[in-house]
Amino acid sequence: MNLSNKQVKHIASLAKIGMTDEELKLIGEQLSQILEQFQSLSSLETENVKVTAHPTGLNTVLRHDKVKKQGTKSDHLRNVPRLEGDFVRVRPVIE
Amino acid sequence: MTSTNPWSLTISEAHNLLINKKLSSVELTQSVLKRIEDTEEKLNAFVTITSEYAMESAKHADKIIAQGKSSLLTGIPFQAKDNICTSGIRTTCSSRMLEDFIPSYDATAITNLKNLGAVLVGKGNLDEFAMGSSTENSAFYPTKNPYDIKRVPGGSSGGPAAAVSAQQCLFSIGSDTGGSVRQPASFCGVVGLKPTYGRISRYGLVAFASSLDQIGPLTRNVRDSALVLQAIAGHDKMDSTSNSEPVPDYSSNINGDIKGLRIGVPKEYFVDGMDAEVKDTVMSAIGTLEDLGASVAETSLPHTSHALAVYYIIAPAEASSNLSRYDGVKFGYSHAESTNVWEALEKTRQHGFGPEVKRRILLGTYALSAGYYDAYYLKAQKVRSLIRQDFDKAFKDFDLLITPSTPTIAFLIGEKMSDPVQMYLNDIFTIPANIAGIPAISVPSGLIKGMPIGIQFMGPYHSEEILLKTSNAYEKSTHHSLLAPLI
Repeated sequence: MNLSNKQVKHIASLAKIGMTDEELKLIGEQLSQILEQFQSLSSLETENVKVTAHPTGLNTVLRHDKVKKQGTKSDHLRNVPRLEGDFVRVRPVIE
Repeated sequence: MTSTNPWSLTISEAHNLLINKKLSSVELTQSVLKRIEDTEEKLNAFVTITSEYAMESAKHADKIIAQGKSSLLTGIPFQAKDNICTSGIRTTCSSRMLEDFIPSYDATAITNLKNLGAVLVGKGNLDEFAMGSSTENSAFYPTKNPYDIKRVPGGSSGGPAAAVSAQQCLFSIGSDTGGSVRQPASFCGVVGLKPTYGRISRYGLVAFASSLDQIGPLTRNVRDSALVLQAIAGHDKMDSTSNSEPVPDYSSNINGDIKGLRIGVPKEYFVDGMDAEVKDTVMSAIGTLEDLGASVAETSLPHTSHALAVYYIIAPAEASSNLSRYDGVKFGYSHAESTNVWEALEKTRQHGFGPEVKRRILLGTYALSAGYYDAYYLKAQKVRSLIRQDFDKAFKDFDLLITPSTPTIAFLIGEKMSDPVQMYLNDIFTIPANIAGIPAISVPSGLIKGMPIGIQFMGPYHSEEILLKTSNAYEKSTHHSLLAPLI
């Protein structure tokens, strides 16, 4: 299972991770090697097997959506990398 | 004050001295902080040491003790892995992405420990975002194994395992997604417990793979493991996947005998390429358990060889989704020079994440992408069912299973960093318990070439009491947990 450079580039763009050509080449080789290990799964017959998405078989848990105060404004804003007053500054989305 | 060094006490020993006023939490905490100061340069088990905060907490704990309101953990110094949120205290996940991140709230496990008056002395180093088996993936520095500083402590909870082993704290709490508590516990000669999925709230544990992640204690002996589990287990309305089963008194039954206990030995866990001495260790443990009255017989978990592939599809798939939140907008590292939104996003993630995290995000993105979803992700979820069924069948005949915790002793720093597949193979014995969501524990079983090694017990859902009782019986008859590194 060999991933082409184009495929790796596509995955990186889906994951929104910038990569140099060198990184793309190395990670392409490593991912191909890892994917090789997954081939054993295709030998298993699983047509009638149900999926396990969650180990303890829990169903949707609902609760009331109650507002609770937690921390101060400055507690929450102190981690914002680009702050202008009390506003989170974002980069232009539309040029 | 006592004649022994307070930092070398177990939780139970320290508790007895505290309530009998032979030791104060301030003295104990000072002693632990001094121990950290003396050993940390060699080990790098901490990302952050919270000395001032710890001393304040210790003073508060002494007041609680003076009022006669203390619990077993009041005044006891502990460490928490640095992917567990601590209000007002930096929580980095050992990543550049969160290097300066200060949570505005405590994880529920931390809240519970704080409410009991336990004393946080610092945050433990880990593989970045808990992805790794050696703590070499920390963006800051690798942690060293206290038994041999040329070797890794295991991972991803390498900081917690090394800190407990070197007695820099009386206990630590880590997280275990594929063995991240048990594998380092085995490498560092401490007890590491991964409870049943959902037994401990994940609220405030920075998410890696949400259907696999579980917080667990690292301690110097089995009794302490029961005490810490007791303090942090239980339902939490902030984590809808936490379990609402009542929490039993884990330590009350711990000294019971194990006569008539049925223990299975899954033959698939004795693979080609594992150290012969590791196999000998398990065989010797089986002999001990038989002497204690347990009956031991071979069993089979036929899909074991597929567990690694299942894990390395499901965990990265969940991680690729969970880690999409790191966009450099609301918190965390942000690439300063970028001018447009997409460039900023890509550059932030390029420079904020280390190589292993990027590798797993890409692997997960690929497994979830159009055209590959059925072949990888869906297939892995189906094989996950087969692995669960293997355990269900085995637990019809056996109360618990015994296996090695790891295929080898701790390896040398740098030995496996260039080969991700070799690194991933470290977790082959610990991963199946996460896939099935069942509890498992690694208990010290002696030394091989001077390095610790552990054996693992796995049990059905909510069998922590039996796991702890069996581990305690084994520990009491072997005394391996009394070993400590010369550091």
